[in-house]
Amino acid sequence: MTERIRDIVQQHGRLSTEVSQLADTSDLYQAGLTSHASVNLMLALEEAFNVEFPERMLRRRTFETIANIRDAIGELTGSPSASA
Amino acid sequence: MPVDSPSLSTELVEKAHNIGATIAGPAADAVDRDARFPTEGINALKKERMMSAFVPTEFGGLGCSVSDLSAICTALGQYCSATAMVYAMHQIQVACIVRHGQASPYFKQYLTELTETEGLIASATSEIGVGGDVRSSICAVERDGDNYTLVKQAPVISYGEHADDILTTARRAPDAASNDQVIVMVRKANRTLEPTGDWNTLGFRGTCSLGFKLSVKGKVEEIVPAPYADISSQTMLPISHIVWTSLWLGIATNAVSRARAYIRAEARKNPGKTPAASVRLAEVVSTLQTMRATVADATREYERAMDDPDALSSMAFAIRMNNLKLTCSKLVIDIVSQALLICGMAGYKINSPYSLSRHLRDAYGAAIMINNDRIYGSNAAMLLVSKDD
Repeated sequence: MTERIRDIVQQHGRLSTEVSQLADTSDLYQAGLTSHASVNLMLALEEAFNVEFPERMLRRRTFETIANIRDAIGELTGSPSASA
Repeated sequence: MPVDSPSLSTELVEKAHNIGATIAGPAADAVDRDARFPTEGINALKKERMMSAFVPTEFGGLGCSVSDLSAICTALGQYCSATAMVYAMHQIQVACIVRHGQASPYFKQYLTELTETEGLIASATSEIGVGGDVRSSICAVERDGDNYTLVKQAPVISYGEHADDILTTARRAPDAASNDQVIVMVRKANRTLEPTGDWNTLGFRGTCSLGFKLSVKGKVEEIVPAPYADISSQTMLPISHIVWTSLWLGIATNAVSRARAYIRAEARKNPGKTPAASVRLAEVVSTLQTMRATVADATREYERAMDDPDALSSMAFAIRMNNLKLTCSKLVIDIVSQALLICGMAGYKINSPYSLSRHLRDAYGAAIMINNDRIYGSNAAMLLVSKDD
């Protein structure tokens, strides 16, 4: 799951850093994720994992790191979030 | 957390009305005509220690609440929109320091100093080349030991030449991403301002919002330690929308007062006959009530969430605060236009007690400062994922 998330972040995050250079816990906003790009990222994640983010997840923190995104998707798909 | 004391609230609003009625209001036409800084009003607010009203009492301030700031801005807006706007913009900067600067000894000292000097803080968030996106900077803080330099091409710094300090956004470092920003308190002694444009507008003429090239040589401790991303979503953006809409409410309230006074004078002239436009008055009073409720509701919502950074970072909250600005910037135009129809030629005249010239010109600024189209665009993007239900 993490690799797929990384691909999507690379494609839609419009970061100023290559995703391969980032740790799972790196701050994506500091890496250049804007609020506009984050919407496209959310849409791509919803499409790829066939989920819909509930309102309570639409907060800055949910999309702050790859690990946080993995936790959120894990919770929505019922997959164990700790698995890499 | 500000203490919400009813007696303090009443006292502050009374003072604001008093300053408006006796000092800022009588100067408002001259401020507007000459597009000059509203010196009288701001000096009177300083004398009453109202510039540091939002600073907590432990630093010597009055420790007022966000609703108090809102009520003060509404009161001032009824007399002089320039005084109200300068006051509102200053309070946005104060709130950023109060809420995000207290981890730093420098900014704790700064707050104490503010209550002693009642200094005026301006803001330089926009920049030439970023297309109006304040969450993006080109200029960067360049550190050298304890010192830093910064050069910013600001398309607008409201009352820049009259301010003591200027809270300025910049990228954290020359190699930082465009949205990796900090805010810096640029002190008067550390800066040069070269005007790059004039300010000869339809309304809000007294805010003297010229463009400047801002060049700074300061100390690293003047950089607010918290990231601007947090300061923006948790404080600067919501407080801006609250205090601005509050003062627009003041403009709308005064326009309705003039319409009411006009109708009453007409009714007295022709006893027994209800003036034709009195129905319009009933209608505009109802619209004014909608506007007042919109401001009050958003202010309450912010006060409920203000100590929950996670809630403040939610899309639902951002959309609602954007809607506050969008709705009120339209309502203020509706209300003033209705008032103008009620007052008729007396409202259309510039030198009449019922004149709505200034109100109308100011009202149109509301949709333009942080353009509504940009905000609608931002809400439209968020609504692709947010349901807000």
